[in-house]
Amino acid sequence: MSSWSNHLPALQVIVPMLTAPLVLLLRPSGLAWAATTIASALAFAVAIALTIGVLDGQSFSYLMGAWPAPYGIELGVDAFSALVLLVVTGASTVALLAGRESLNLEIDAHRQPMFYAAWLLALAGLSGIPVSADAFNIFVFMEISALASYVLIAGGPDRRALPAVFKYLLMGTIGATFYLIGIGLIYLMTGTLNLADMELRIHEVADLKPILVAAGFITIGLALKAAVFPLHVWLPNAYAYAPNAVTVFLAACSTKVALYLLLRFDFFVFQPNLAGHDVQFAYFLMPLAALAILIGSSVALLESNLKRLLAYSSIAQVGYILLGASFVSLSGLTASVLHIFNHALAKGTLFLAVACLTTRCSGLRLENISGAARSMPWTMAAFVVAGLSLIGIPGTAGFISKWYLILAALNEGTVGIVLVGVIVVSSLMAVVYIWRVVEAAYFGDAEAGGAAHREAPPALLAVTWIAALANLYFGLSPSLPLALSTSAAETLMRHVP
Amino acid sequence: MSAGHTILLILALPVAGALGIALAGRIGANLREAVTLVCATALAVIVWGLLPEIMSGERPSFTLAEVVPGIDIAFRVEPLGMLFAALASGLWIVNSIYSIGYMRGNRETKQTQFYAFFAIALAATMGIAFADNLFTLFLFYELLTLSTYPLVSHKGDTKTLRSARVYLGVLLTTSIALLLPAIIWTYFAAGSGNFTSGGILAGKLEGPAVGLLLGLFVFGIGKAAVMPVHRWLPAAMVAPTPVSALLHAVAVVKAGVFAITKVVIYIFGIDFLASESSGNWMLYVAAFTIIAASVVALQQQNLKRLLAYSTIAQLSYVVMAAAILKPLAEIGAALHMVAHAFGKITLFFAAGAIYTAAKKTEIHQLRGIGRRMPWTMAAFTIGALSMIGVPPTGGFVSKWYILAGAFDAGSYIAVATIVISTALNAAYFLPIVYLAWFARETSTPANDHGEAPLAAVLALTITAALTLAFFFFHQPVLELATQIFRGAP
Repeated sequence: MSSWSNHLPALQVIVPMLTAPLVLLLRPSGLAWAATTIASALAFAVAIALTIGVLDGQSFSYLMGAWPAPYGIELGVDAFSALVLLVVTGASTVALLAGRESLNLEIDAHRQPMFYAAWLLALAGLSGIPVSADAFNIFVFMEISALASYVLIAGGPDRRALPAVFKYLLMGTIGATFYLIGIGLIYLMTGTLNLADMELRIHEVADLKPILVAAGFITIGLALKAAVFPLHVWLPNAYAYAPNAVTVFLAACSTKVALYLLLRFDFFVFQPNLAGHDVQFAYFLMPLAALAILIGSSVALLESNLKRLLAYSSIAQVGYILLGASFVSLSGLTASVLHIFNHALAKGTLFLAVACLTTRCSGLRLENISGAARSMPWTMAAFVVAGLSLIGIPGTAGFISKWYLILAALNEGTVGIVLVGVIVVSSLMAVVYIWRVVEAAYFGDAEAGGAAHREAPPALLAVTWIAALANLYFGLSPSLPLALSTSAAETLMRHVP
Repeated sequence: MSAGHTILLILALPVAGALGIALAGRIGANLREAVTLVCATALAVIVWGLLPEIMSGERPSFTLAEVVPGIDIAFRVEPLGMLFAALASGLWIVNSIYSIGYMRGNRETKQTQFYAFFAIALAATMGIAFADNLFTLFLFYELLTLSTYPLVSHKGDTKTLRSARVYLGVLLTTSIALLLPAIIWTYFAAGSGNFTSGGILAGKLEGPAVGLLLGLFVFGIGKAAVMPVHRWLPAAMVAPTPVSALLHAVAVVKAGVFAITKVVIYIFGIDFLASESSGNWMLYVAAFTIIAASVVALQQQNLKRLLAYSTIAQLSYVVMAAAILKPLAEIGAALHMVAHAFGKITLFFAAGAIYTAAKKTEIHQLRGIGRRMPWTMAAFTIGALSMIGVPPTGGFVSKWYILAGAFDAGSYIAVATIVISTALNAAYFLPIVYLAWFARETSTPANDHGEAPLAAVLALTITAALTLAFFFFHQPVLELATQIFRGAP
């Protein structure tokens, strides 16, 4: 193993984190954007290098300051974290590349350096969580990313973002506090913060009641962060009123990181140590997942603000990810992890298309985009491709994860068949809500809509199309995310007794 | 070159053609049309070149990619698909000639886009014809829907968009809501979705589930226009006539009935389906569609809409023939795909020629038009006779086989349906023929027109000749169709 590749996990966080204060100093806003984008692209490159290493069978473990674990802080990367890192850094890079023009419209030039610094901190925090093997370190990264995200969401010109972000702040803080209480309890009983060490030390604990309480706190806390139904109320407005580029970035990855942590913590620490925990885990999360899927999709059916519509669809998609995990089976977890990747692709592309629409339309209600497809055929074509992926049509990435999810559900007997019904019904609802957008844009009256007769800016459109083509590519040749998610599921299942 | 590469070439050629058309469109109209014709001819030559191999019993196949374990994008040339591909690619040449006359004659806009999407639609058609499994079939089926949408909405005005919405809405919804679940169900029940001689579902499903799955397929494949999912076809008539002619009389609608026939023969297996009574309804639904669509056609005043309803009825002939579940009838289904294609494309060509030359679209306007446009109306008459099934036209041959199959199965409902619908066909086609030839023009038209542009007349003469020729020379097609049940899988 070459020596430089050992440092990749640390670089993953250090690059964006150290660029953040530098960006503050770059006054002409173009430079700030360029520096941020370069740092984000570098982080993406690091994530790709890590992924290649992981696929080669390399395992990354990095001891901060060379202090041995469990006393020092350990960083580690396996297939699961590599996949999440790809999503986080990829989403950030794509959003930055696409978002230059729309961010210029939305954020005053003199505030831009601060905004981009916050962006980099959010990126550092979100990528810090997957690389950390230490529960408290994760908490710190979680707070960094959360505080930075509040700034990003509130950074736009839309004043409605302020109450939205206040709600997000309250709920997010409660979530983080719950998580901290959970870790505190475990630390009290085991004296360690290293996840791998916790798994071993809990064996020695005589009274498991505090651990059980900790499991409750951590699960609820992270479920809040991940917008698991019914703890999702912060999400729709936060996505809807944030600047468009921020929505692309956060919608693709922020809830995914919380879900990653939820699964990692649960499978690494609690599944091997708490008797019957797999059943509790399944019984607790499966109904919530099914409800999230059905209710999220139903609300999306009725929603007429495009961004809120997509946000409610995200709540349903979180449900899919959780549903796969709640089977506590290899195939279920594969589907779940795969859907983290595929949904990020689909939803990221959809929000990119929305960003395209924003540059030319007077608003984002369905009547505002009426007839937009006539003046913006490329934008809407990309929207349709991503929409098909969201629905799960063969040939797109969304199909692959739904296929695995159904495969996993059918292993669950009668309950599984009911759940397949849930998946099918909600996919049909997705057809309807995507169709409502298509209907407005393709068949609506162009005179009534506020669309200017121009296609979106070329740079934005090009990035949108790259993302749309990625949906098709990973739908026809899904070996990369599939290899990562299979390996991730195997790692997780190894901890289930 | 191996057979696998030939398949890949067949799929890639129209796509490359579409790119070439888009580029050539910037240089000049003549070059663009030349690219279209060259591409169509090359495609037909390559597709027809596969024929001897298939006739000798070979089944070249090619796997493009394994998407996930158990799901491949794979192609295999079998007799039915060969027939469909040969038909579509051959008629694309004629249709391209016709398009040139029609599009120029009517000074249509966005012609480059028109030719490019036409080529992509042909690529999708080839994919459907050669698909070796349900997954691949589905991919190209959806591609065909999406690539024909710009053709249907070509005119772009409000009325056209309203119809295009029905077109896209019905085809997408049925395929996603019904066909896709049917495909997924099949994969889980049978463990694969490969088209296999004798079917793959025998012993894997039983009872009402068979009928239900068949229902998902028959109504999910909306392109076959079995009632009540037929509304998209009359709606699609807002497209320029060459689109109606090749796509909505041949490629798209035949893709529908072709898919249903393939599912019946290679997924269910006719013996298995015959042994399960829950699938019997398919015959009745098809019979109902034939009669109902013919009755609706009787009331149409617009020529293209009349032809659309006639198509709905004729498509259900194929579906009904497939549902009779006897080899003779399945062969009849295959023959009818060809016979109807020749006849109906001629009729549409004629309707388009009338529109181009005289700007007439309604039936009552056609009094005495036969004298002004003798070639066109002669071709129209031949096409109409073929729809009715009068010798010496192609329509007679296929009806003969379907009837033979119906007698073989003792299905008197099918026999009665064919008899009644023949009478109805005569009732709505013969008055037009009479008006055109024997009625007098009530007033001299504003423009004292003659025939349509030469390219259009040439095309419709060719297809009319093919309609007649099919009566005499259908032996090769028959042999090919017979191979479905004789040849090795």
